[in-house]
Amino acid sequence: MADVLERVTKIIVDRLGVEESQVTLEASFKDDLGADSLDVVELVMELEDEFDMEISDEEAEKIVTVGDAVNYIKSRM
Amino acid sequence: MLQGKVALITGASRGIGRAIALEFARQGAKVAVNYAGSEAKAKEVVDEIYRLGGEALAIQADVSNTEAVEQMVKEVIDRYGRVDILVNNAGITRDNLLMRMKEEEWDDVININLKGVFNCTKAVTRPMLKQRYGRIINIASVVGVMGNPGQANYVAAKAGVIGLTKTAAKELASRSITVNAIAPGFIATDMTDRLNEEIRTEMLKQIPLARFGNPEDIANMVAFLASDAASYITGQTIHVDGGMVM
Repeated sequence: MADVLERVTKIIVDRLGVEESQVTLEASFKDDLGADSLDVVELVMELEDEFDMEISDEEAEKIVTVGDAVNYIKSRM
Repeated sequence: MLQGKVALITGASRGIGRAIALEFARQGAKVAVNYAGSEAKAKEVVDEIYRLGGEALAIQADVSNTEAVEQMVKEVIDRYGRVDILVNNAGITRDNLLMRMKEEEWDDVININLKGVFNCTKAVTRPMLKQRYGRIINIASVVGVMGNPGQANYVAAKAGVIGLTKTAAKELASRSITVNAIAPGFIATDMTDRLNEEIRTEMLKQIPLARFGNPEDIANMVAFLASDAASYITGQTIHVDGGMVM
């Protein structure tokens, strides 16, 4: 399952240009990682592609932190 | 100017949409010709594009139907691999004086002319974000800026499209997606032929260039806004109206 965090971290680092060390489970995309609303939408799109799943708008809105994303993906795998 | 680009044009079987489809094809774009009911007319446009040496397909979809629009965009991407240009052109009129306008007349026009633009814009946003490229061109109307008796529903929808254009432009600008509107004046098409004589006569008096426009007058501007030459223009409403509004 660490694999999910690794894959998510790589996408976040690529997309937002942050250091890997900043990407903790508690980190908020907007508050801690400098993402704007559109960045979050795009991150979700990339996660959908990476993990081959569809994330509904309602579910996507609940993803605030890195941990939210990892937990959601794990729950769907 | 549009060589290799993939364009989706709504309401492209007739009138302004047809002229846009043909102009895009002449400039080298692959064209998805959307239609709601006029299948034969849409196929004629596709045939015409093939005669011009272009590439096109006809897709039926009611733009006010969210699922149908999503399916349509998927079909374009399945066929051509991307979507570079969306032209929101589909529109109807249900004219009546405000006092006499039925709820259904209001709803039909808002659903197709305004919600349809929202549906199509939303559906292409995802592929355009991924591409980091997109051109969205909305066909509004001069009456959306100046008002017009007998067209409360149409005017409200077109004014709404202008506001939607500005908001989408601001939301998507950072991803090299531009969103602009064109406000045609009185253009000679099937739709405007149905307007009553009183409105037509009144409108001609207000046109400094003293003639009704052709669908090609609009198609030329759409093609320009869709091209790389217009990459620094976004959120604008460009009037192509013979000088009706200045």
